[in-house]
Amino acid sequence: MRTIQFREAICEAMSEEMRRDESIYLMGEEVAEYNGAYKASKGMLDEFGAKRVIDTPIAELGFAGIAVGSTMTGNRPIVEYMTFNFSLVGIDQIINNAAKIRQMSGGQFKCPIVFRGPTGSAGQLGATHSQAFESWFANTPGLKVIVPSNVYDAKGLLKAAIRDDDPVIFMESEQMYGDKGEVPDGEYVLPIGVADIKREGTDVTIVSFGKIIKEAYKAADELQKEGISCEIIDLRTVRPLDINAVLDSVKKTNRLVILEEAWPFGNVSTEITYQVQAQAFDYLDAPIVKINTADTPAPYSPELLAEWLPNSNDVVKAVKKVMYK
Amino acid sequence: MQKITKETYIKWYEDMLFWRKFEDKLAAVYIQQKVRGFLHLYNGQEAVLAGALHAMDLSKDKMITAYRNHVQPIGMGVDPKRVMAELFGKATGTSQGLGGSMHIFSKEHRFYGGHGIVGGQIPLGAGIAFGDKYHDSDAVTLCCFGDGAARQGSLHETFNLAMLWNLPVVFVCENNGYAMGTSVKRTASHEDIYKLGLGYEMPCAPVDGMNPIKVAEAFDEAIQRARTGGGPTFLELKTYRYRGHSMSDAQHYRTKAEVEEYKKIDPISQVKDVILSKKYATEADLKKIDADVKKRVLECEKFADESPYPDKSVMYDVVYEQEDYPFLQHKI
Repeated sequence: MRTIQFREAICEAMSEEMRRDESIYLMGEEVAEYNGAYKASKGMLDEFGAKRVIDTPIAELGFAGIAVGSTMTGNRPIVEYMTFNFSLVGIDQIINNAAKIRQMSGGQFKCPIVFRGPTGSAGQLGATHSQAFESWFANTPGLKVIVPSNVYDAKGLLKAAIRDDDPVIFMESEQMYGDKGEVPDGEYVLPIGVADIKREGTDVTIVSFGKIIKEAYKAADELQKEGISCEIIDLRTVRPLDINAVLDSVKKTNRLVILEEAWPFGNVSTEITYQVQAQAFDYLDAPIVKINTADTPAPYSPELLAEWLPNSNDVVKAVKKVMYK
Repeated sequence: MQKITKETYIKWYEDMLFWRKFEDKLAAVYIQQKVRGFLHLYNGQEAVLAGALHAMDLSKDKMITAYRNHVQPIGMGVDPKRVMAELFGKATGTSQGLGGSMHIFSKEHRFYGGHGIVGGQIPLGAGIAFGDKYHDSDAVTLCCFGDGAARQGSLHETFNLAMLWNLPVVFVCENNGYAMGTSVKRTASHEDIYKLGLGYEMPCAPVDGMNPIKVAEAFDEAIQRARTGGGPTFLELKTYRYRGHSMSDAQHYRTKAEVEEYKKIDPISQVKDVILSKKYATEADLKKIDADVKKRVLECEKFADESPYPDKSVMYDVVYEQEDYPFLQHKI
């Protein structure tokens, strides 16, 4: 094993796959000469050249559409959005074209493309730069949505995303690029749609994904001191959703808390809540609690932002609530 | 470009007439409710397709367009029976009945849709050309859209990128005068849509879109430019649609006299006049073609009528690559 940064995991995954398959290219703002806005493509222009590591003007709709179009002539593009907040400018190409070309053509065309970049808040960036659209994309049949929370998962899942023959939304975080973690020396690929039990426990199940899962770890440490044992499930993939992993855990602990950095109305936690009550109603000893951001655009001021974001205290409170403590 | 000969004229007459009658048949069966949803017909614009096909290398060149898209795939080689069946929502349709009127596709014949969002296909067309250039193919993509789409931001982002990357694409604005019920003059400060190319230093020109010869000549120049590494061209085809935008269109935005004016320069009539005046064929010969076209259109209707509706499971089978994809929630 070796220790690398999250941004290096992204870079290694893309580079290894591009060495393997000539039809893959990387396209986006600042990906080539600048080495990536967050240095996730450092050195790739030097290795692969300007034909395959392609700087674009600021035209998220245009380059997303061109990338989608090129899948119909045999390419397998990786499109980097500097953040998924900017993907909204090009979301027509993702929802109406990438996600539907296979279906609308009766299966004649496939669309192997990865849209990747950071999601969610990243400090005091204000309302337009702090949004989490996992549930928007996950709502759309035809797309797959992956949101890793650590270095190992990021590399293995990004390789799987690039090899996948369907369009994949791969969401990172500005606040994770510097995270360090261990990866194997050799190649590995992780399966899409398989959740991972990050911590085993017996009293309560906490389901989360992406960088916010760290708040669950902190809460679990604290609760452990009080003798409460938390099982933490990292979804890793939001669509397809590994609901069986959640159900198995709930059947063991009988209590469920869901932690998701997103607005509360109609999000991934809502879907899990519905599915668990539908399939494991009799196993629940308490109503499910979901923890999300405040139901407002993200504020700028530090005190307000801290209040807006889900945190480990929220998780502690939620766990105690489902345990009637 | 192949020479425009007697045979070309006869083919144009036969093809354009078939497209016209195919669309007329769809209008008729729409009233019978065999075809539902939106239905955008190509009547009046046939010279654009006829001229384009003459200039294209149909062994490799590609086409993508918006939702007025029934006859282009037929021109490129798709069996019209399957297009008709798609509109009937039948399993034998080009997309197994999943696409409908606005979403005709044929990978085999390099017709890339059939797109329902105005202007959404413009970057896709450039992307198809991007893929060809990437793979060192000398194929050229015709990326077609209407005058309404010329006002979308997607056009401008795509024009800029296509020039920046020197893509082998011809952008084709079929200006039929109206974006649904809004005339071109009501959508911009000038009516010369081709001039939108100037800001990107893209070669651009207006073309008489009612005359297949003028169309073929303009396309030939543009396609050769793209094929030999000269990059994109933007052509504005001045054309006209006789029917409404879709089926429920009272057409209060124009006069009947205006429609009649355009029918005087109807592309089929123009070609017919040349055929008769140059004695390429007799009235009797053309009547035989007319009868044959009528018969072929009826065969399409019969095929579509008699084809089965798709099995209900088909809608779950084409959303993802993996067969029997286990994660789609089925209805209870």
